[in-house]
Amino acid sequence: MRRIISATVLNESGVLNRLTGLLTKRQFNIENITVGHTEDPAVSKVTLTVWVEDDRKAEQLVKQLHKQINILKVRDLTNMALVSRELALIKVLTTPDTRSEIKMLIEPFRATVLDVSLENVTLEVTGDSEKIDALIELLRPYGIKEISRTGVTAIPRGTQKKVLELHPYSIM
Amino acid sequence: MKASWVAEKKSVETSLVSGAELFIQGLQNENVDVVFGYPGGAVLPIYDALYKAEMKHVLTRHEQGAIHAAQGYARVTGKPGVVLATSGPGATNLVTGIADAMIDSIPLVIFTGQVATSVIGTDAFQEADIVGITMPITKHNYQVRRAEDLPTIMKEAFHIANTGRKGPVLIDIPKDVAVKTAKIKENSDIHLPGYQPTLQPNILQVKRLNEALQLSKKPVVLTGAGVLAAKAEKELLCFAEYHQIPVAQTLLGLGSFPADHPLCLGMAGMHGTYAANMALYDCDLLIGVGARFDDRLTGNLDHFAKKAIVAHIDIDPAEIGKNIQTEIPIVGCAKETLSALNQTAGEKGDTSDWVIHLSTYKSEYPLTYKTDENELKPQKLLQILHEVTKGAAIVSTDVGQHQMWAAQYYTFSAPNRWITSGGLGTMGFGFPAAIGAKIGNPDLPVIAVVGDGGFQMTLQELGVLQDWELPVIVVIVNNKSLGMVRQWQEIFYEKRYSHSLLDIQPDFVKLASAYGIDGKRAVTEEEVREALTAALSSKKPFVLDCVVTADENVYPMIAPGKGIHEMIGVRG
Ligand SMILES: Cc1ncc(C[n+]2csc(CCOP(=O)(O)OP(=O)(O)O)c2C)c(N)n1
Repeated sequence: MRRIISATVLNESGVLNRLTGLLTKRQFNIENITVGHTEDPAVSKVTLTVWVEDDRKAEQLVKQLHKQINILKVRDLTNMALVSRELALIKVLTTPDTRSEIKMLIEPFRATVLDVSLENVTLEVTGDSEKIDALIELLRPYGIKEISRTGVTAIPRGTQKKVLELHPYSIM
Repeated sequence: MKASWVAEKKSVETSLVSGAELFIQGLQNENVDVVFGYPGGAVLPIYDALYKAEMKHVLTRHEQGAIHAAQGYARVTGKPGVVLATSGPGATNLVTGIADAMIDSIPLVIFTGQVATSVIGTDAFQEADIVGITMPITKHNYQVRRAEDLPTIMKEAFHIANTGRKGPVLIDIPKDVAVKTAKIKENSDIHLPGYQPTLQPNILQVKRLNEALQLSKKPVVLTGAGVLAAKAEKELLCFAEYHQIPVAQTLLGLGSFPADHPLCLGMAGMHGTYAANMALYDCDLLIGVGARFDDRLTGNLDHFAKKAIVAHIDIDPAEIGKNIQTEIPIVGCAKETLSALNQTAGEKGDTSDWVIHLSTYKSEYPLTYKTDENELKPQKLLQILHEVTKGAAIVSTDVGQHQMWAAQYYTFSAPNRWITSGGLGTMGFGFPAAIGAKIGNPDLPVIAVVGDGGFQMTLQELGVLQDWELPVIVVIVNNKSLGMVRQWQEIFYEKRYSHSLLDIQPDFVKLASAYGIDGKRAVTEEEVREALTAALSSKKPFVLDCVVTADENVYPMIAPGKGIHEMIGVRG
């Protein structure tokens, strides 16, 4: 199953190395990872998307991360109500015939054109990963030259409905 | 009096001192009484400060020796062992010991020199990224970038190493940082927002365990090194006696419960006793305390404690549920948790049938081996060791068959006398660890039980025995082979003894004599007894090369992939 984990870490050298090294050592496969500053310059936020076999593995991952001295807080956001976003830059091949077609196509996705050349356009799209996947699939027939995705970053919503499947680790 | 003290304090505050001097002060603040180390270019400024401070420093003959000695010291004293090595090869020579300390939760603070900050990252002479290399095998590590940061970092390192689940912490000090001067900040308070080990157990879980105890007819306690680290032996004894629960130990947990106690089942696991393993197989309530259910203990997980409710007490939340499904998770220090359990204990369950049942196992299936008039049996050798030392020695072992025989036959009735490399299984560990143990506890006899193979990995430390006239007794269980490897080849590889027979051997007695150390070769039980008795009373270092049955195997044994109840060789 796919898990979105958020870790608040001290903004020190080596912390990212420790975090990713730990995942490798414990055989967790990182699908994507984003890192950035938070409202506190001494603290960074890491958002990870990881594939795990089952709940026990997910719990183990959270606990192992939590154990690191320079990791302050770890949350499994997977079952929380959350806002998650990813940004993608997509360079698509164009011909004079297809250019306007593509423009129409991307409109519902609220993608914007950042750059245009004779042979291609570069698009920017933001949204959850599924939306980006969908757009990429639609564009694929035109010929995709290059894609650069940021990976998911996420934040829990201000109000959480009482989610029953929310699985609080009894011992954390 | 007070005024002058304040004045003195003030003057310290304003004076400029070098990173190396801050290092010495940091050690003094932590009451470090010995450093195990080896000098080199990048640590010259630190060694100069050591020289001036007259800090006790044990110069081993290899950095691996230094770190294993520090481990032995830490195991018997409960204080962090302190290690110092130079950059590059000095630092990388420590890696085995760091990994060993990490997996066995031994508190160490390790200092490595580093090339100057101006050349870090340029592949400078003797540069190695030791912080990167040791990241997965340290509890935490640091590189000091400014001399003024050193006091706080040292305080943090000692705190982290010796609290919570203990472990090694490494501090990498670039050469220029040791030379540069800084103002000392008084009271460098530490603040570790990401590190707050849970010591007190959750009352609800304690209550649940007490309730489970009332219903249980077949409970068993499994104790590991966590009980020793927490010094919780008394609480454990009280807990087991009150509820009448049989107690099994892991390899590293030996000594946490008196071996001669009627409730003691002995060691569990791959070479554990029949009674201990069957108890783990059959129990209806398993209480793990400071043990991490590793694969050498559990055997095939499909057969491990399958009928039991599992309660797991551990200071490290990540251990709980890691290997086995746990119904009653209790995060907390073993001492605090056991005493909370003792204080709130309710009615006891009725365990009498179970205790009798397991006692029958103990008497019907004791550890056993075939005796032979004409040969010195390694098991007998360990029994003689126990007899001559009256079970009161500190025993440090290397890794292999002799280690298992020591665990089985040198029974421990007191804590902190057993030093062995459990999780990593590091050959070469036993002898230097014994040196550290002797330095940490000079009052008890210290015996290094080693194989003829493993001893040759770190025997250069005989130089330390000679240097310090340390009365460590080295007992070589000499089977002229890499015995444990040979055993597996005999059983699982149709006796194809691929590179496991050590036909060519040094003369260990002459080798000792080259270091000015007395030694003797023993081939009979009587010779062992005599030599040991003499060595113990001489209070001098001694090497006893014991020629034992070459093809003896360690039994009982759980073959790889088998369940804990599927022991072979139960009858010897
Ligand atoms: C550093 C290291 N290398 C290899 C091994 C694998 N190994 C485990 S036991 C063993 C044999 C040890 O032989 P010896 O020291 O003579 O002890 P014995 O088993 O004969 O008692 C070996 C090679 C190990 N544990 N550690």
